[in-house]
Amino acid sequence: MRTLPLTLGFMPLVDAAPLVIARELGFAEEEGLALTLQSAPSWSTLRDRLVLGQIEAAHMLSPVPVAMALGLGGLPTQLDALSVLSINGNVIGISNALADQLDTAGSTPDFLDAKAAGAALSSLKKPLRIGVPFPFSMHAELLHYWLAASGLNTAQALDVRTIPPPLMADAIATGEVDAFCVGEPWGSITVENGGGTLLLPGAAIWQFAPEKVLAVRHEWAASEPDITGRLMRAIWKAGRWLDQPDKHATAAEILSWPEYLGVSAEITERALSGNLLINARGRSRHVPQMMDFFAGAATFPWKSQGAWIGARMAARFGLDRAQSAAKAAAVFRSDLYRRHLGPLGADLPAASEKLEGALSEPTRAATDSGTLILGPDRFFDGQVFDPERPEC
Amino acid sequence: MTDKLTILIVEPDKTRAEAIIDSLAATGDHHIRVLSGSTGLARSVAEMNPDLVLLDMANPSRDAIDALTLASSPLERPVAMFVDRSDDGLTKAAIEAGVSAYVVDGMQPDRIKPILDAAIARFHMFSRMRSELAATKRALEERKIIDRAKGILMRARNMSEDDAYALIRKTAMSQGKKIADVAQALVTASELLS
Repeated sequence: MRTLPLTLGFMPLVDAAPLVIARELGFAEEEGLALTLQSAPSWSTLRDRLVLGQIEAAHMLSPVPVAMALGLGGLPTQLDALSVLSINGNVIGISNALADQLDTAGSTPDFLDAKAAGAALSSLKKPLRIGVPFPFSMHAELLHYWLAASGLNTAQALDVRTIPPPLMADAIATGEVDAFCVGEPWGSITVENGGGTLLLPGAAIWQFAPEKVLAVRHEWAASEPDITGRLMRAIWKAGRWLDQPDKHATAAEILSWPEYLGVSAEITERALSGNLLINARGRSRHVPQMMDFFAGAATFPWKSQGAWIGARMAARFGLDRAQSAAKAAAVFRSDLYRRHLGPLGADLPAASEKLEGALSEPTRAATDSGTLILGPDRFFDGQVFDPERPEC
Repeated sequence: MTDKLTILIVEPDKTRAEAIIDSLAATGDHHIRVLSGSTGLARSVAEMNPDLVLLDMANPSRDAIDALTLASSPLERPVAMFVDRSDDGLTKAAIEAGVSAYVVDGMQPDRIKPILDAAIARFHMFSRMRSELAATKRALEERKIIDRAKGILMRARNMSEDDAYALIRKTAMSQGKKIADVAQALVTASELLS
C-alpha cells in the first residue's frame, strides 16, 4: 500500500501525545499514512494554518471549532471535531505570594476540592489576575464556571488575560498574574522552577471535560472520507496504546524529544501518570482522571459536550443559548466517529448525547453491541447540563 | 496628519525591527512604534491604539493580540486580523511568509496592501536568512566533528589526514550514512573508550 503524506499541527503539550504516538509507533503507517507533525508557536497560528490549508488536521482546544461555528474570532471557516483527543489535563496554579496568604489564613484547600479552593480565594477579598492560554479554551470555560459558582466572576474581582503556555511560568513568577489555568507540562514546570504552587487540577472542576479535539476543515472531511477514516483510526489506536499505565514512561520519553516538547521525561510523565508535584517543597498528590486518552469512551465526541461549550460561550458573549448549543453540537462529529471507528471495535454508545454531569460513579451504558463503562463526569457544584434544555 | 497610519511592530530583535521600519518607510509616511517585550502586550496595544499591528507568526505572544479582537471594552480598541476575505491571496501570502497582521476593522484594504506587501517581502528575507544561518551553523558543527574524527583515526591508525578522510567517506558510503554521522559515531565511541 502506498503511504499518503499528511501534515498535522500541534501545540507542544503533553496531550498532543496521540498525534506523536500515532506517528512514532507506527499506528499511522499501519493505516497507510506518512505523518509530518508541525509544532505551532501559538493557538491562533495553529488555527490559521488549519483554516488556510497549510496543514490537514490539528490538535485543537475543543472550544476553538465551536467558537468558529458561532462566528467568534478568526477566519470564518467551518471546522469539525472528528474525535476527542483527551479528557482533562489542565491545572490551576497560584503565585507563591498567594499561596503564602492562604497558608497564613489557615485556608489552604485540599488539592482536589474545587469548592474549598474557590471559597479560599474568595475569602481573600482581593481582585484576581488570571492567565489562560487562549480565550476559547477549556481553561477559560472551567475558570469562569468555577469562579462564577464561587462568587468571583465580577468585572471588579476578575481580570482574565491571554498568556501563551510557554510564558505562563514566567508570568506567575514575575507577578504579572496571581493565578493561571494551563495545560501540562507548564504547571509542573512552574513548580519545578519554584515560581508557583498548584492549587487544583481541572478535573476537580469537571471530572470529564473534553480538552482537545482532532480538528479538520469541514470541507476536507467531506471530500476526503477515506483519509479522514485512516487518520481517525490511527489516532484512536494511539489513544488505546496510551491508556496502558506501563506505557507512560515510554510515552514521556518520546514526548521529551526536542521536536515535540523538549521537556524532561520525568516532568512529562507526571500528567500521564496523574502523580503531580504540587509545590516546590515536594508535596505530591495523585489525581484520578488527570488526563485520559481512551478509558470510558474518552474519545467519543458527544454532541452534548459541544452543546455545553456552545451554551457557556453564548452566555459569556451575549449570543442566543439554544441556537449556539445546536450549532456547537453539530461541530462534534459523532456520526463520522461511528462510521470510521465502529468497524474497528470502538465502544459506540447507543445515543450521541447524554446529560453532562450526571454520573458520580463509573456507570454502565448501553452500546450498539452491549455495554460500556462511562467514567464519572460530575461538575464540582453538582449541576447537570441537559442538552435538550441548554438555556438552563 | 489625519491620514497617517499608526503601525505597531512587535519584535524583540532590534536589528530586525529597524529593518522592518526601513521597508515600511518606502511605502509612505507612517507613525511607527516598536514594542519589544511581551509582558503586558495586550495592554500596551490598547494604549497605543494602532491602526495596524505586525508581528512574527513564530512569536507565541500572538495569542494575546488575537484575544484583543474579542475585546469590547471602549478602552481596548478592537482589531481584526486582515481577513475580511477581500483579499485571500494577500492573507495567505502573509501567513506563508510568517507575518501576522492585525488591522482595525473598517480600514481600507487598498491602504494596507502596499504596507503588507513590504512587510511580507521583509519577512521572506528574514526566514531565508534564518535557514541560511541554521545551515551554516550545522555545516560548521559537522566540519568540527569530521576534523575530530580524522584526528582520532590519524592517531589510532597512524594514517595521513587524507587517508583518514577517505576511510570515513568509504565507510559512510558502504553503510549508506552521512559522513558527519559516521564521524559522530567514531567520536562518541572513542569518548566511551578513553
